[in-house]
Amino acid sequence: MTAVSFDWTALVEYTITGFLAGGLLSLIALGFVLIYKGTGVINFAMGEFMMLGAYSFYTANKVWGLAMLPAMVVTIAAIGLFAAIVERGILRPLSGQPVISVLMATIGLASVIHGAVDMVWGGINLEMPELLPRTPLRFGEIFIPGKTLWSFVLASAVITAFSIYFRYSRTGVSMRAAASDPITASALGIDVRRTQVLTWIFAGIVGAIAGVIAASMTTLSPALSHIALGVFAVIILGGLDSIVGAIVAGLAIGVIESLTSAYLGGKVRDIVPYLIVLLILLIRPYGLFGTRQVERL
Amino acid sequence: MRIGDFRASYAHDEALWPTSAQRRWILVLALLLLLFPLGVNAYIVSLACILGINVIAAAGLNIMTGYTGLISLGHAAFMGVGCYCTAWLAQRGVPFFVALPAAGVLAALIGIVIGIPSLRIKGLYLAVATLAAQFLLVYVFKEWESVTGGVSGIDVPFASLAGFEFSSDQRLYFLIIPTAALLLVAARNLFRTRVGRAFIAIRDKDISAEVLGINLLHYKLAAFAVGSFYAGIAGGLLGYFYRVITPEFFTLQLSIFFLAAIIVGGMGSILGTILGAVFMTLVPELLRHGVTLAALWSPRATEVLSPLKEVVFGVLIIGFLVFEPHGLIEVWRRVRRTFHLWPFRS
Repeated sequence: MTAVSFDWTALVEYTITGFLAGGLLSLIALGFVLIYKGTGVINFAMGEFMMLGAYSFYTANKVWGLAMLPAMVVTIAAIGLFAAIVERGILRPLSGQPVISVLMATIGLASVIHGAVDMVWGGINLEMPELLPRTPLRFGEIFIPGKTLWSFVLASAVITAFSIYFRYSRTGVSMRAAASDPITASALGIDVRRTQVLTWIFAGIVGAIAGVIAASMTTLSPALSHIALGVFAVIILGGLDSIVGAIVAGLAIGVIESLTSAYLGGKVRDIVPYLIVLLILLIRPYGLFGTRQVERL
Repeated sequence: MRIGDFRASYAHDEALWPTSAQRRWILVLALLLLLFPLGVNAYIVSLACILGINVIAAAGLNIMTGYTGLISLGHAAFMGVGCYCTAWLAQRGVPFFVALPAAGVLAALIGIVIGIPSLRIKGLYLAVATLAAQFLLVYVFKEWESVTGGVSGIDVPFASLAGFEFSSDQRLYFLIIPTAALLLVAARNLFRTRVGRAFIAIRDKDISAEVLGINLLHYKLAAFAVGSFYAGIAGGLLGYFYRVITPEFFTLQLSIFFLAAIIVGGMGSILGTILGAVFMTLVPELLRHGVTLAALWSPRATEVLSPLKEVVFGVLIIGFLVFEPHGLIEVWRRVRRTFHLWPFRS
């Protein structure tokens, strides 16, 4: 009898690819966590910020003919400005309103952006500029697609840059202070409103970069925004208010998604994030690294 | 100017519509609803049927979200449960007056299961949990082909009563609208009972409610059950109305539509539910007619219809949240107050 040998190489390959793909998930999750930490809102329009970033990059690069780097700068500036307008125009008037109002405002915003992008650029698939090199990496039999590898490198670079900024810069420290205790922070002279605008700007920029990377890996279409819905598993697993959690959980979910799609098929892969969400919420609602909330009357 | 609203007896105090003017208007409304399908064309009647179904579903969501404070992004999936249950029973010859309540009960049971996390989590976390449930249920609709027919869908036979078949929209109108009226009056009554008051107490502050002796476990699950029951009935009626059902109906967008309807109409108000559901259903219809008109001048106008709907939908949500957070019901109350106090300024 010949034992069916398990293909270990394939398992290693799926795991590594999933881990690398998780970098992008972590980056998107960082966008969610920044806003939740800073303003207590889950931004349901995150996917639309990504989409808008990718379309801006496309327009700057392919339509206006800018080089990659200037195009990226234009994109970051545009989305940063847009995020600031959103915070000032929609979220600030709603501060202090019930959770559902703020939630629905971001959903409404998502709908507006989605429709507007569809009107301006059309619902068709567009070909993104070649941002990520295609050259695959080989270790013996293990084969890693170049785009996945470079998306990981880019995503980790952005996450590292933001982490260093929050850790050491004066603005970063004041943002963390305002997030952890807005009243004390404002008593100590920190402009909490300004940090909230900054939070949205940074989250918008993170989303825009994530959107450019995500679109470069596939194609550019309004369907890009659906990626963000799957990232809920990441932020719930990691804890809504933990940046470390977002990074660790992003990589973990990347591996899980890659393995389930390889061994159980694409249909199962699509619902695995939501199964994980329900499981975590039942067992450990505040996630791996999130703050356990204590409620008092 | 109306003077005084003196409640002289317990019967008067407990009346659903305390003033005789209200009762007269309700009677006029009922007569209008009864006669209206005879005078208008088929398109308007079918629109009225959809309005009725949407009002029922939105009322269920308002009981859950508006009155009890449990945010649900999975309402469309509960409708789906009711719809497939009705379809399955109707195909086996079960009459509608059994199939519809059964659909409601099944949706309520599923709602209770989905509601279990609500005991530990609330607010945004609950929204994400129900979002997950929405996707999981739609996955079941797509994959459980022996019951749901998968992506290709399932046929729903006509509803019939003693040989009378509800085979046209005009006939179905007389099934949908009375059901809607019944469920709305039931909902209005619910909030005059202990259960309804408990729901409101939970919304305002759940811990305080628990301290006051309200069993959170029972009442939160009860809210999920009642809300999903309404969704299940609405889903069953939807099945009878469209006759062919695919999982495409019960998207996240539909769940969001109902949330938008209760926000625009007014959370925690039955009349607000009606106003919101009607308004949010009619706006895209009006847009469609507007675009059809515009297409006479520029043929490309029809292409922008669906993105335009999305933009208008989002703008309406944001606009109401920022400028009229209590919804259309507040506009209605303002108008009413003006007339009550007329000729004095309110």
